[in-house]
Amino acid sequence: MLKNKKNGWLAIPYTIWAIIFILIPLVMIFYYGLVNRNGDFTLENIAAITEPEHIKALGLSMLLSLIATLICIILAYPLAMILSKLGLKQNSFIVLIFILPMWMNFLLRTLAWQTLLEKTGVINQLLAMLHLPALNIINTPYAIVLGMVYNFLPFMVLPIYNSLIRLDQDVINAAKDLGANNLHTFTRVIFPLSLPGVISGVTMVFIPALTTFVISNLLGGSKILLIGNVIEEEFTQAGNWNLGSGLSLVMMIFILISMVISAIADKDGEGGML
Amino acid sequence: MKRFLERFYVAVIFIFLYAPIVTLIVLSFNNSRTRAKWGGFTFKWYSSLLQNHTIMDALYNTLLIALISALAATIIGTITCIALNRMQSKTKAVLLGITNIPMLNADIVTGISLMLLFISFGFRFGFNTILLAHITFNIPYVILNVMPKFKQLNPNTFEAALDLGASPVYAFFKVVFPDILPGILSGFLMAFTMSLDDFIITHFTKGAGIDTISTKVYTEVKKGIKPEMYALSTIIFITVFVLLLIINAAPVKKKKQGELQ
Repeated sequence: MLKNKKNGWLAIPYTIWAIIFILIPLVMIFYYGLVNRNGDFTLENIAAITEPEHIKALGLSMLLSLIATLICIILAYPLAMILSKLGLKQNSFIVLIFILPMWMNFLLRTLAWQTLLEKTGVINQLLAMLHLPALNIINTPYAIVLGMVYNFLPFMVLPIYNSLIRLDQDVINAAKDLGANNLHTFTRVIFPLSLPGVISGVTMVFIPALTTFVISNLLGGSKILLIGNVIEEEFTQAGNWNLGSGLSLVMMIFILISMVISAIADKDGEGGML
Repeated sequence: MKRFLERFYVAVIFIFLYAPIVTLIVLSFNNSRTRAKWGGFTFKWYSSLLQNHTIMDALYNTLLIALISALAATIIGTITCIALNRMQSKTKAVLLGITNIPMLNADIVTGISLMLLFISFGFRFGFNTILLAHITFNIPYVILNVMPKFKQLNPNTFEAALDLGASPVYAFFKVVFPDILPGILSGFLMAFTMSLDDFIITHFTKGAGIDTISTKVYTEVKKGIKPEMYALSTIIFITVFVLLLIINAAPVKKKKQGELQ
């Protein structure tokens, strides 16, 4: 079957599909981003990123998504380690538990945090019962970070978990036999070997967090604008597709950088969701 | 003590992940129209849900789009994997690279790029544009699930079937298909889930006059979510949860064989 090369034509339908629905649309963004309303070439849509409100939105997006990514690593790594040690034969069960929340609508799930975080919300009522100070983070950047961590944490846990269960137990035992203590085994053996999983998790959290407009909309009130909000408004309300495309191109530079980093770090394609 | 701390940590994370879901389920039984107040227990949102045509329409659209797009993506994706499996590594790398774009790219970029495509080529926005967009972002998930199964395949069994006189198509369905079936199924399931949960790409490709559950929720955010929506998502969630429990509990033996590969 492997030698039989005749069946290459089976890839043709998808190749055509990918050209029409993946490549040409990307070219369209480049086209719209590089022309003005009259169709003349211009760089002003891209230069528009330097306008104070745009640069502020991009800066805030970067900051919040970096914080959210960092929190995700800190929360996910120990969790993945604990889960990987359970030695469950059915690792699909673990995957299921993290995929299951997706069956509850993403917007409703995020919206539910409003109910939990409000001044008179569930969390504050619990805190009041315990005579603790109230938590007022709804409609602040903190709530946006929480929303990002909540929505994207599974995308950090799964790749790390997968790289950990694939670790060769003999390598760990060898390190211990050679006199490494637990900390050394972790920093010198386990962590470096699980790095592809961590990096693939970082891209899977960082990119959606950087580009979100829904989470900031639902949990940040309407005052906090991220770069995603700016672009979304250009397309749906302001109707300036050229400006929206130009700003998307700037945003895509950051997406590209993080993709390249993950491609270099994960040459063998070891880290991944599955 | 260490064991206790570990258990405790896992429990805390799970509370974090499932607290909003529990909240939504509780809200679906709330007798008050606002989510801020608890007005007593009621089933009334569940019965009024059936009479709410806009929500039922949105549900119908959502399920239909998820089903068709997942099916189409599964067929196209699996066929593509057959070809990819025996391609030269260069062509293969290019095609897989392109396949990675919708998965790695930001949803908002995929959404607006498709919107620009549909506008420029004069597509009429509606059910079809959403469907095309969903098939596009679903195919990569199928390929991602099916490709590894092809790699694990023993190529000799297919050759043997041919040598024994089977036609290539017959040999494929008799010999190869059963081995890659788990990958196809998980690819289909993942595509279905992704389509069901998608908001961002649908938001940019739907146009006026049609709604999925996600876009319906988004337009309701400012006016206040109708409690029927909580009832609907509770039904969906509980259904899936029960189905998964059954699937996970029943064929344990068969499953183990599949997992160990």
